[in-house]
Amino acid sequence: MNDFISQRKDKLKQFKELISKSESSKPIDIPEGLFLKCEGCGDVIYEKELEQNLNTCPTCDYHFKINATQRIELITDESSFKPYFNDISSLNPLNMPSYNEKLEIAINNTNQLEAFVCGIGSIEGKKCAIGVLDSTFMMGSMGSVVGEKVTRLIELSIQQRLPLVIFSASGGARMQEGILSLMQMAKTSGALYYHNQKGLLFISVLTNPTTGGVAASFASLGDINIAEKSSLIGFAGPRVIKQTINEDLPAHFQTAEFQLEKGQVDMVVNRSNLKSVIGLILEIHRGNHYA
Amino acid sequence: MRDSWDIVKLARHPKRPTSIDLIGYLFSDFIELKGDRLFKDDSSIVGGIGTLNGIPVTVIAEEKGFDTNSKIQRNFGMPHPEGYRKAIRLMRQAEKFNRPIITIIDTPGAYPGIGAEERGQAQAIAYNLYEMMGLKTPIITVVLSEGGSGGALAIGVADKIIMFENSVFSILSPEGFASILYKDASLASKAANLMKLTAFDLKELNIIDEIVFEGNGLHEDKLVGYKNLKEVLIDLIKKESITPIEKLLENRYMKYRNIGVYLEGVKDESKI
Repeated sequence: MNDFISQRKDKLKQFKELISKSESSKPIDIPEGLFLKCEGCGDVIYEKELEQNLNTCPTCDYHFKINATQRIELITDESSFKPYFNDISSLNPLNMPSYNEKLEIAINNTNQLEAFVCGIGSIEGKKCAIGVLDSTFMMGSMGSVVGEKVTRLIELSIQQRLPLVIFSASGGARMQEGILSLMQMAKTSGALYYHNQKGLLFISVLTNPTTGGVAASFASLGDINIAEKSSLIGFAGPRVIKQTINEDLPAHFQTAEFQLEKGQVDMVVNRSNLKSVIGLILEIHRGNHYA
Repeated sequence: MRDSWDIVKLARHPKRPTSIDLIGYLFSDFIELKGDRLFKDDSSIVGGIGTLNGIPVTVIAEEKGFDTNSKIQRNFGMPHPEGYRKAIRLMRQAEKFNRPIITIIDTPGAYPGIGAEERGQAQAIAYNLYEMMGLKTPIITVVLSEGGSGGALAIGVADKIIMFENSVFSILSPEGFASILYKDASLASKAANLMKLTAFDLKELNIIDEIVFEGNGLHEDKLVGYKNLKEVLIDLIKKESITPIEKLLENRYMKYRNIGVYLEGVKDESKI
């Protein structure tokens, strides 16, 4: 663990240096597709190299966002994941303008019906209920469908006495469903109350970004809260806070490291270590689930 | 059909009374209890005990303040994490002594600031939602004027939700909504009419249980609405207090469990 912490400190130092470096660097025109510019250090990365490196920057270790399919592939044991509740899709209950179009675009772009993908799979040989929020689907926002699927996954984990692992990535509650979205916060958190009563493990992994109504409900309620490196985590978005208080925000405000320092998460973990760390935690809780 | 923006304006009317005034009317023997035992007392949330028609109750209320000084002192009714933590502390105390809980919502939202984030605003709200679902005592929530977002919901997981006729309850302010939807906050009136934020809209959507009528409005004559609320509260507390605890908790869970509108069963195997 010490080794891990000092490693993290080194990375953080590296990251800090690179951030200050990137402020002065000018934007570079890059042809789309082949190369990407790192959001952390500004370095130009060959796309293939980025993929091979788990979508983390080879220079500064900045973690790029990944979608639900990539996350499941990264975390679950090969071909162990079986999706559940995949036939639930969104309606437009409040008749919000342009919501239908936005949904259609998101469905076509992601080849998913909604922003939450869930099911049963195994992580390092341990069977568990797994859910992933996908920030590429309407910012991973939580409306009726996401709230319902999260709740069903929690209930499934209770029925089958399985540990629960949820990866969050969300801008918060989905505005287009108004109060219905807000109430999903109470619904999902309430389901976790009963999950907790049954003595089952919930590992909440907060990835980039986890804010708003998702941060203020199930994502903060893990027995163990893990922040993935490079994640923005908080209740209010930095822009809103800046407008409210009318002053600049401290450096590293609402980063994963900030949340660790403030006591909101148990650890910050690199993407490359995530599977083994979760596997280890599941192993320690083996007796609580599989008997 | 009344214009929703007119109701928003009434909910924010400068002469509309705030929670402290309502508490004074409902509970002549109110004793305020302060502090979260962890960091400090947050005066944007008022908590305490008293009796309603002879029944001991715990009261938790968001308080906006009524003049410049008190508004500043109360942070315009925008709680920090310590406010929510005080609220849950007093609610657990209510559970211990089998006292029903009455919460009064009146907030634009939880405070978005550096200190609030440092002390875990998200965690504080989430924890209240989670704990309130299992509290073994009746919980009645009253929306007095403005119920904004997670900051309102954090004291609003209840067995019954009552809204005053001229109050609103929404995912964010109409201004915030308009600035996202139309990129223009000045179109708030247009946004308000789309958002379904009035007591009538929310009753129709089955989110709330009762509407308390105000006559000419609390800003004109508060006693009409206050009296109506008191009658509804006494009636609901009597009913909820004789419900067996297991049934009460099951009903509470199902109340929220059933919220949501979606399509199920059109299976598209190519999509997950």
